[in-house]
Formats: sequence, structure tokens, C-alpha cells
Amino acid sequence: MTHLAVRRGRLDLRPRRVAASGRAAWSLLVLLVAVLVTAPVLAVVVDGLVRSEELLLPRDLDSMVVTTILLMLGVGAGTLVVGGGLAWLVTAYRFPLRNVLVWLLVLPLAMPAYILGFVFLSTFDASGPVQGLARELFGQGVWSPDVRSLPGAVLVMSLSLYPYVYLMARAALVEQSRTTYDAARTLGASRGRAFRKVLVPLARPSLAAGLALVMMETLTDFATVQYFGVKTVSVGVYLVWKGSFNFSSASQMSVLVLMFAVAVLAGERLLRGRARYHQRGGRGQGLEALALHGWRGWAATGACVLALAAGFFVPVLRLVWWAAGEALADPAGFVDPRFGGYLANSLGVATLAALGCVLVSLAMSHAVRLGGGRVVRSAAQLTTFGYAVPGAVIGIGVLLAFAWLDRALERLGVPGGTGLLVTGSVAGILYAYLVRFLAPAYQAVDASFAKVQPSMTLSAMSLGAGPLRVLTRVHLPLVRPGVAVALVLVAIDAIKELPIVLLLRPFGFTTVSVWVYQLAGENFWEKAAFPALVIVAAAVVPVFLLFRQVRAADERAGR
Amino acid sequence: MTRPARLAALGAALSLSTLVSGCGFLGIGGEEPGDIQVYSARHYDLEDAFVEFEEETGLSVDFIYGDDTELLERLKAEGDETPADLFVTVDAGNLSNAADQGELAPVDSEALRGAIPEAYRDSQDRWFGLALRARTVAYNPDNVDPAELDTEDTYAGLTDPTWRGRLCMRDSTEAYTQSLIASLIDLHGREATLEIVEGWLANEVEIMSNDILLLEALDAGTCDVALVNHYYYARELEEKPDMNVELFWASQDGAGTHVNISGAGVVRSSDAPAKAQRLLEWLATDGQEAFVGGNHEYPVNPDVAPDDVVAQFGEFEAMPLDAEAYGSLNAEAVDLLAEAGYE
Repeated sequence: MTHLAVRRGRLDLRPRRVAASGRAAWSLLVLLVAVLVTAPVLAVVVDGLVRSEELLLPRDLDSMVVTTILLMLGVGAGTLVVGGGLAWLVTAYRFPLRNVLVWLLVLPLAMPAYILGFVFLSTFDASGPVQGLARELFGQGVWSPDVRSLPGAVLVMSLSLYPYVYLMARAALVEQSRTTYDAARTLGASRGRAFRKVLVPLARPSLAAGLALVMMETLTDFATVQYFGVKTVSVGVYLVWKGSFNFSSASQMSVLVLMFAVAVLAGERLLRGRARYHQRGGRGQGLEALALHGWRGWAATGACVLALAAGFFVPVLRLVWWAAGEALADPAGFVDPRFGGYLANSLGVATLAALGCVLVSLAMSHAVRLGGGRVVRSAAQLTTFGYAVPGAVIGIGVLLAFAWLDRALERLGVPGGTGLLVTGSVAGILYAYLVRFLAPAYQAVDASFAKVQPSMTLSAMSLGAGPLRVLTRVHLPLVRPGVAVALVLVAIDAIKELPIVLLLRPFGFTTVSVWVYQLAGENFWEKAAFPALVIVAAAVVPVFLLFRQVRAADERAGR
Repeated sequence: MTRPARLAALGAALSLSTLVSGCGFLGIGGEEPGDIQVYSARHYDLEDAFVEFEEETGLSVDFIYGDDTELLERLKAEGDETPADLFVTVDAGNLSNAADQGELAPVDSEALRGAIPEAYRDSQDRWFGLALRARTVAYNPDNVDPAELDTEDTYAGLTDPTWRGRLCMRDSTEAYTQSLIASLIDLHGREATLEIVEGWLANEVEIMSNDILLLEALDAGTCDVALVNHYYYARELEEKPDMNVELFWASQDGAGTHVNISGAGVVRSSDAPAKAQRLLEWLATDGQEAFVGGNHEYPVNPDVAPDDVVAQFGEFEAMPLDAEAYGSLNAEAVDLLAEAGYE
């Protein structure tokens, strides 16, 4: 039996008496996390207000704002079509290779934007092999599209970011009770109508969450937009900052980027609406997939393969090509002996970051579910801001926040203050990662929480279970899919992450992404190809683990 | 194994690896720090230079590579507690700025004054140039007769309508572009420089995001003339000796070719300033070849010869370098590029 679309603004059945004391501690935890996570961002804002004498905004600010909006809308639409469409395809239909494609489709996530952007340009621009071949075949006058443009950037970013929407949408479709859809069908709705009227509205919170992530990634991207000559407000931050050799002058631009972030989050809330959708009976069974036969089936396979080829296989092949050339030219020096250490560093930080972010997200979602009221809910929402702030700005924010703390402690008489806590260890990196990557973790976990019936929480608590027990025995098992997605998203993001590590790393701490950057920064692309491939491979591992779990769950559910 | 048991095992393995790597990260059981710690926005074979230095002097060097302006912010935030002894960075404006923000200490060294021409070090001895790079014209000889290029002001000469549809240049976010424009502002004033940039745009200059792409475009014949850093050309030439691209020294009958430096200064709150100075002096003398060689840059020390690839480009006249102007005019250069609509 499914409880369709319970519409209400808040949980009015909160168990006020049941666990008032336990709840307070959990609410406090959320507030604490919010303070911790917003501190570096606030530090940047305050620094900008205190230190810069004059307003330093780029001359072409208005065009930057317009460009940013266009890019975000374009990539949002692109990822919605590609990610949402593919998610629907793989859950609603059976076609050749579907079981493999289901998880392969997440692979573009493993490709860092700074690699994809360059590979795309060098492959498709005027002097690249594709247009070169076209010229050889059709002569010099052959039509050559301007790859380095806004549409080019929209295309590339949509192809690399669609997995966010895909993952969220698929999870939403899979977790849906089949009964809802079946009820609509038995009441005479066509397959398409049931899809539009029942499935899409039910998947809306997840789609909104995925879209918000995509938009925030788009907003903070610096590498791809720079390759494509697209001047967004984030590029503006760097232009003012690097142009004047002084970060303070760029603080106001950073505040503008923050305003965009607020807009994205407000938009997400709006998309979710005041509706809260819950389904009874734990995790749903999902849809029954319809078999597609003949050419239709192969067309579906083709669509998936096309998206995969563009966002993953073609760039990987290009990298392999470069790496192979490099290996043949210099087999002895191909793999740097220190590379293993770099990889261990990357994986170590990524693991720590993923575990940390997911634990905090779980605690926050749980606290909100226990019913902390408006303040707690807003505080939890606030913690997702970091994702919409460029990594380098967060890095500076962490430095500033700790510099102040250090001085304050010294003034209070603590000898040495905080010492070199931030840049003397990986603590600074991990803290910055928490600030930056809490959003994907929280979005994924919270989206799963949204589908847990409040009555589940209520019954558990009325049966006398304390908040911690409710978390471990009731909530955690129900939101496991969300937790898995969260772990994977953070781990992949953390492996790929560059500016924070570059800025905050202690001596002797190099990750694979820093290594790639060192080489790529000087255009040693052939040399950078192998470590770039390793990043991709390292990011593929969590994706694979996730889908093994998902498939096991599918099998248990008899799909 | 049952499912929960497998999960538990996975969890245990994860926590163990986390613990081990965590201890490593947090510096527990880590290595002793080196004698000299360097923040560097340069990395080309810097490591080889430091190894060589250690072999000669017995002093070990640790370095962190990062983005120039970001390392400066880190230095500022760490304040007195910074582990850094030497700050190595690219771009004269950046060096002059680090000095102005009080992050570099003056070094009174006869060896440095003797090794580095006055033009390439700070008048107050806070920073010292170590390597020189030129940004000049490269062209495809099939499509360009070098006699067509203006020898007095080659950069401004590219505004001539004969170059319409034939130019390729770097984007405005690139420091190379900004520093070139800053030097042109210093040379011609803002108005005239704006006209030059507008002239390039009127010639439908194609903007690319990478110097190697510029050279490849020249080689492929999709561009005729481009502005590139000389060492990218040297590197491409070394890899592809049959590359169909030639280098042209800009403005030789005028102000000279635009150059910029990489350089270093001793950090104000260094706890080993004497050792840092020793490293700096070595880099300006015996270590010059190691410092510039890997990247085909010109040594600032006139007693040291450039490497073979670069030597075949011949001598050229460099535009006078005014680090303070590069530093103070860079923001204006960014603004000018935006005003002209140069992406």
C-alpha cells in the first residue's frame, strides 16, 4: 500500500514529548556543523569588507553575469535531458547490455573537468585531428564550427556532469514503490501519462537535488570555462584576484558568486516545493522494466553508448593514445617511482573526506528528521553552500579563518596559537573538503531520507528507541542507497579535486591530481596522460563498488 | 562470507588504511623537514636543481609547488609561523607585489649583485630574477614573409589590415597576455595600448587557451602569426624538428621584445635566512643551468650560456623590464582587455 504524495509543509506529527532531550543535542550538532562549514566562506566575505578599500569589479561584469546564467541554464537543461532521459531508459526498459550500461553511465563522473575540457578542445578544434581530417577529405574551405564557445562549453559540461542527475533520478525511480505506478495504470493512465503524472512528480526532489549539484559544479568550474573562453563570474574572481596579485580585491567578486549559489539553492527549494513525498512500506520495489525488442532495443543501447563515448571513452582513448606514445618513447621514465605514494595520498584523503562528509550528512538529516524546526532545517541547508564556492576561495577562507583563530589564541595567551595546524598537516585539506563536499553527500542522503515515512520514525520513537538507536536501526538501513551514492560522489570529487590540495597541502604531500596539474600546467599533456588515466581509474573503483551494491539490492528486490 | 560480515571486514580494512594514512598525513612518524623549505610557483626540473644543490652543499631542500598568487596568500596567512624560507615565483609583477606586501626580506649579497644585472633584481634587494622568458612572434613560413612584420613595433604592427584573419593569440585570463599588455601600457600609455588591442580584434584575432595549441595551429596552417613564449617554441621544436614554424624577435628596431622573469626572494619570517640566501646565490650562479635548462629559459646571469636549442634563436634586444610597473599595471591590463572586448 502506498501513501501517495503527502503534502504538507512540516512534520506536524513530531514526537515532541517522546525525545525532547535527545533531540536538543542533535539539533545543536547541526548548528555546530553549520557554523564550522560556513566559517571559511564568512571569512572571505568579512575579509573583503574589512580589507579592500575600493570596489573592484571587472568592467564586463554584466556580460559575465549573463554568461553565467546562460551557461548554468544550458548545462542544467542538458544534464536534465541526458541524465534524466538515460535514468528513465535504464529503469523503465530492458534492452541489450542494459545491466552493464546501468553503471557504466556513471563513468563520466570519473573524468575531471580540467582533463575533459582540454582533451575535447585538442581533439575538435581547428588544429585538432578531427578538423584536420575534415580538411584533408574536403579541402581547406570545409565548415569548421567554433568549438571554443559557450555552446561548446555547455555540451562538454553537460556530458561530464549528467551523471549527477542520472544517479539521483535513477535512485528515485528505483526506490519508488511499483504500486504507485501500477495504481495509476490500473486507473487507466497510459504508460506515458503515468510517467508524467506520477513518476516525475515523485522523482522531483531527487531531480532538483541532482540539478542543484550540476549548477553548483558549473558555477564553480574554472578549468573548463577557461579552456572554452567562457567568462563566468568565477572566472571574474580569478581575473580580479590574479590580475591584481591580491586576494582581498577579489572578495567582492566572491560574494557575487555566493549570491548565485543562494539563487541555486533557493531554486532547488522552489523545485522541490513545499511538497514532501513519502512512501509507506520501506524501500519501494521500483518499476517493472518493459522489454524493448529489435531495433528499439538497440536504439536504446545506442543512446547510452553515445553518451558514454562522448563523455568518457573518447577522452580516455585520447589519453591512452598520449600515454602509449610517451611509454614507447621513454619506457624507463614512464612511471615516476613516487607515483605510488601520490596515489596513496589521493585515496587516503578521499576516503577520509567521504567518510567524514557522509557521517556528518547522516547526523544532520537525522537531526532534521527528529524535528529540530525551522532553524535546524535552515542550518542544515546552509551547510551545502560550500559546494557553490570555488575551491581556491574555500582554501583561502580556511587559511583566513585559521589565521584569525591563531591570532586570537595567541592574544589569549596560548603560546603559538593553533601553530601550523592547517598547512602543517592534512587537517586543513580535510576541513576544506568537508566545507566543499558536504553538499553532494547531504543532498544524496537527504533525498533518501525524504522517502522515509515519518510514521516510521514516529513508531520507532514511540516504542522507546532513543535517537541514536533510531538512526542506526531504522534510518540507516532505509537510506543505505543514499549513503552509498553520497560516499561515491564525495570520494570521486575528492580524488579529482585540485585547488584545495594545491593550496593547503603540507610539505611532501602530493596527490595524483597535483601531479597531473604540474605536468598539464606546463602543457606536458603527453606526460600528464598516464596520471590522468590513473585518476580516472581510481574514480572508477568507487563507481564500480556502488553499482555492485545497487545490483545486489536489485537482485534481492527481484528486479 | 555473509553480507554483514563482509561489510564489517570492508569497514575494518577501510578504518585501518585510514588510520595508517591518517598518521602519515598528520606528520606522525613523518620525515625530518629539509634544511631549506621552498614555496615555488615554478617546478620545471626544480627538483633536479635542488638535488644538485644538496650534492654540492649538503643542505637538503623541500619544496611545495603551487599557484603563484595562491602561495602568496598562504604565506600571508601563515605569517610568522610559515615554514617557508624561500619564495620562488613567476612574473615580475608577482615578485614586486610579494615584496610590497612585506613578505620578502632584503638580502645584502655581493654574489647576487654580481651575478644578476640590475634590471632583473629589486632596487631594495628583496627579490632577484633568475630566469628570463620572451613573448614574441611565431609564424608559419609558408604563409608569412617575415619582411612583412613591423620591426619597430611588431606587437602594434599586427594591427595592420594585412593580418586580418591571420592572427592567433592567448586569452585574457592568461598571465602572459596580461603582463604583455601591462608592459605595453607602460611603454605607450593606456590609450595607445587600447588602440593596439582593438586593432588586433579588428583583425579578427583567434583566441586560444594554450601556447602549444597556438604553435600547433601555426604548424597546421590555420593561423599565420601568433604570440608565444619562446620556450614553448623551443620545446615543440625539440620534439618535432620538422615543425613548420619560425620565431621572430619582436620590435628589434624599437623598444625590444617583451620579457618577463622568474625569480625568488627570502621569506621575511624564515628561520633559516642564511641557508635560504645560500640557495638563492647558488641558483643565480652555479645553479643557473639547472634552474633554466629544463625549461629552455634564458639565464639572467650573463656569464651563463643558454642551452643549445635556445642558442640557435640568436641574440635579441629585450624590452626594459619594470617590475613595479608590471605589478601595478597588471590590474589595469585586465581592465583594458575587458574594455576592448578581448576574451
